[in-house]
Amino acid sequence: MTAFLIILIAALIAITAWQLSKIVKLGKPVSFEGAEGQIANDEDNDRHGKFLLYFVIAMYIMMIACFIAYKDFFLPDAASKHGADYDNLLLTTTVVIMTVQFLTQALLHYFSYKYRGKKGQKALFFADNDRLEFIWTAVPVVVLAGLILWGLFSWNELMDTSTEDDPLIVEVYAYQFGWKVRYSGADKILGDANVRYIEGINELGIDPTDKDGLDDIVTQELRLPVNRPVLFKFRSQDVLHSAYMPHFRAQMNVVPGMVTQFKFTPTETSADYKSTEFMTRKVRKINEIRRQKNEEAVRTGSDEQPLDPYEFEYYLLCNKICGASHYNMQMKMVVETEEDFNTWLSTLETFETKMAAIATTD
Amino acid sequence: MGHAIATDSHEEGHHHHKETFVTKYIFSTDHKMIAKQYLITGLIMGAIGIAMSVLMRMQLANPAEPNVVFQALLGKWAPDGVMNPNMYLALVTIHGTIMVFFVLTAGLSGTFSNFLIPLQIGARDMASGFLNMVSYWLFFVSSVIMIGSLFVELGPAAAGWTIYPPLSALPQAMGGSGTGMTLWLVSMAIFIASSLLGSLNYVVTVINLRTKGMSMTRLPLSIWAFFVTAMIGIVSFPVLFAAALMLIMDRSFGTSFFLSDIYIEGEVLAHQGGSPVLFEHLFWFLGHPEVYIVLLPALGISSEVIATNARKPIFGYRAMVASILAIAFLSTIVWGHHMFVSGMNPFLGSVFTFTTLLIAIPSAVKAFNYITTLWKGNLQLNPAMLFSIGLVSTFITGGLTGIILGDSTLDINVHDTYFVVAHFHLVMGISALYGLFAGVYHWFPKMFNRMMDKNLGYIHFWLTAIGAYGVFFPMHFVGMAGLPRRYYSNTAFPYFDDLADTNKMITYFAIATAFAQLFFVYNFVKSIFYGKKAPANPWKSNTLEWTTGDKHIHGNWDGPIPEVHRWPYDYSKVNEDGEYVISGQDYVPQHIPLQVGEEEMNH
Repeated sequence: MTAFLIILIAALIAITAWQLSKIVKLGKPVSFEGAEGQIANDEDNDRHGKFLLYFVIAMYIMMIACFIAYKDFFLPDAASKHGADYDNLLLTTTVVIMTVQFLTQALLHYFSYKYRGKKGQKALFFADNDRLEFIWTAVPVVVLAGLILWGLFSWNELMDTSTEDDPLIVEVYAYQFGWKVRYSGADKILGDANVRYIEGINELGIDPTDKDGLDDIVTQELRLPVNRPVLFKFRSQDVLHSAYMPHFRAQMNVVPGMVTQFKFTPTETSADYKSTEFMTRKVRKINEIRRQKNEEAVRTGSDEQPLDPYEFEYYLLCNKICGASHYNMQMKMVVETEEDFNTWLSTLETFETKMAAIATTD
Repeated sequence: MGHAIATDSHEEGHHHHKETFVTKYIFSTDHKMIAKQYLITGLIMGAIGIAMSVLMRMQLANPAEPNVVFQALLGKWAPDGVMNPNMYLALVTIHGTIMVFFVLTAGLSGTFSNFLIPLQIGARDMASGFLNMVSYWLFFVSSVIMIGSLFVELGPAAAGWTIYPPLSALPQAMGGSGTGMTLWLVSMAIFIASSLLGSLNYVVTVINLRTKGMSMTRLPLSIWAFFVTAMIGIVSFPVLFAAALMLIMDRSFGTSFFLSDIYIEGEVLAHQGGSPVLFEHLFWFLGHPEVYIVLLPALGISSEVIATNARKPIFGYRAMVASILAIAFLSTIVWGHHMFVSGMNPFLGSVFTFTTLLIAIPSAVKAFNYITTLWKGNLQLNPAMLFSIGLVSTFITGGLTGIILGDSTLDINVHDTYFVVAHFHLVMGISALYGLFAGVYHWFPKMFNRMMDKNLGYIHFWLTAIGAYGVFFPMHFVGMAGLPRRYYSNTAFPYFDDLADTNKMITYFAIATAFAQLFFVYNFVKSIFYGKKAPANPWKSNTLEWTTGDKHIHGNWDGPIPEVHRWPYDYSKVNEDGEYVISGQDYVPQHIPLQVGEEEMNH
């Protein structure tokens, strides 16, 4: 499909180039006639009026082709509870704006074609019409009001970070260039932390004197139980980062000097999400691309490492410019059943045991 | 500036009072010369900015692969021809800075405000020619410093054009935040001074120096746009200046306006209590109005060009003025939509969503009014007209996706992805560039007394129009896939592997479009010297600048300043008997008194 699109566009460009070369040829003798030759005449108006019409048709084809060719680019159904509402709002908004796009571009270019200048054609002196202007002020007002209200209701729900529904509290900690995770442990409270406590293995700067922090668990892996609300608390040790979890429709900046929050409920385990039809197809396509690349590397005798086959995992990526390796600041995410999650969590050492182990070896 | 000197020295001077080469071409106080200086400096900066975007696109098409072009142009920043990630970020940063400030603010607004305000309101020059000259030379100095910063040891500023601290404040975080960032801040501080001097001059000139009969409701829409743009600039640029000053203090004098609790390179910094979010507020308090500082002049120019070439009055003059004012007002209270996920209070997000979607309304009114202006016109499809129609097209396409981004909920998942890049490039980048081109094609005869080649203009337009959509329409879909912007390479995530072909295609379009600009460059330079001599009023336009004759004198009109008797849009106006007001002529310039039996438009 992409190949088709490229060919289509190349063909359009070729046609344009051919037409343009004609203009240049046609234009040449005229240009000797002085300044008048550099002002559009009826022939130019006719030609470029038609071009504008062709242009809008080509633009429609391009837009439709993009929607078809790139349908796999759209993110699959959201893996979080609020994500379904998000996707509906996005779809509705997209339908609205594409409708407006099709109508207005059609009018703009069609009028440009229809009323292209001709000698003797009289333009209509039409300077004002209150009713028309009222209509096209009122219609956007109504449509936008609807979208705003819907968006604001979703927004209020989304931004709710209360702990009434007993969320799992997880700290996501960002640094140049990676992520760490801290679970709040049995007491469900994250211990105080500040960069000034960073020392040795206390890489997240947990306050060793704060009792709440003793049962905290620090790890490199972000695992979440399915269908339980998760309250993320974000902290950064150096510069701005942004924790972007596209499949959960979640994003929040990570700001040094303050704690930012985002709460959502994952609804699909990694295993389920991987086996959806969309994801199987997408991964198959990606692996085919990777296989071809490897083959080409072998053919050209390149000494690059062969690419491993890809298996989908949720990821969290940095989405705020943060330095040289910004482009590769990622962390794998796993969503699993509550049991699996608890089993995994129980195998990890708490902050207290880690510190104690250090103290004894000293 | 050597360029401008070379080009203009070929014109025959019309010396009314003694002028030396220096006072005429370098330290000129004539607004027309200053406009040309702005234009040519802006175009040179534009060429640099566009070249940078081509380098970025080449990197994105073939990530981390050696390229002779990189080796040749980037030197030590591309060892063995492979671009260094810091260099990529530096290109992102300087491309953004140059295009937004040096090309689309100074190059567009500086050129056309300077050129058109005195000519179209009937004034002999700006209120203060001297300040105007100082404004240009400050701009020139800031351009030189910005370009100079490309050559410092640790690289130019690379924290993005938004220069969010702490990244921009800490040389430990990235090399570009050392001397490069200092030069960036110095350059921008000078730029802001230049911009303020210019803006104050424009506002004072429009208020005080209108000729007899030129009431505010008879001003061409271009002047309204420049006037309001200048006011937005006066309101918002000082805030950026404050932010830059505070950032300089954080960087150099150990204050903590924006920094707090930072551990970097194994060391805790002393900074305590500052907030990067504060910087974001200050930055976007300018940053968002800046979008309209860039766009409104382009819309003003296209209003003039569309009305003239449609041979029709602009539809809904009063609504257009009201829209400009509404956009100007709203533009100063929407900045928070850049910060929905910045960690600011979510309630603020609600407010900013509301104000942001409000601004869509005057924008929609403007678009509809342009379309209606075309309806039943007699369209003269000159290159300037094509660029204006193209502007309306990209303004709509790019503006509509703003409804997604301006909605705090929807922004969560597209924030800082390529969706945003596609959106703002279409709505402010391409649209404003089209406005710039429309202005150059339209007023070139007035600026240089010569005509540009229309056929080269047509080629330039069509290649640019196809290329711009070819680059930016598919880019929305790449963004929808969740691909973040400002990534040096997209291959670190296998999930994005299937975007590679599209990224390549976008790059081909970008390179082709960039090269298409050479048609413009050639046409521009050649026409200055060899273009056909322009008639006094080639586009049969109503506004006052076409009444000066072909003399280029400081003072604009050889004789008395013309008096204005009507609004500027009496195109194809007919009497009750259906005949043109002036028989055989479909336009009535502003300085022509009301004819016998003619009724004045009560717009």
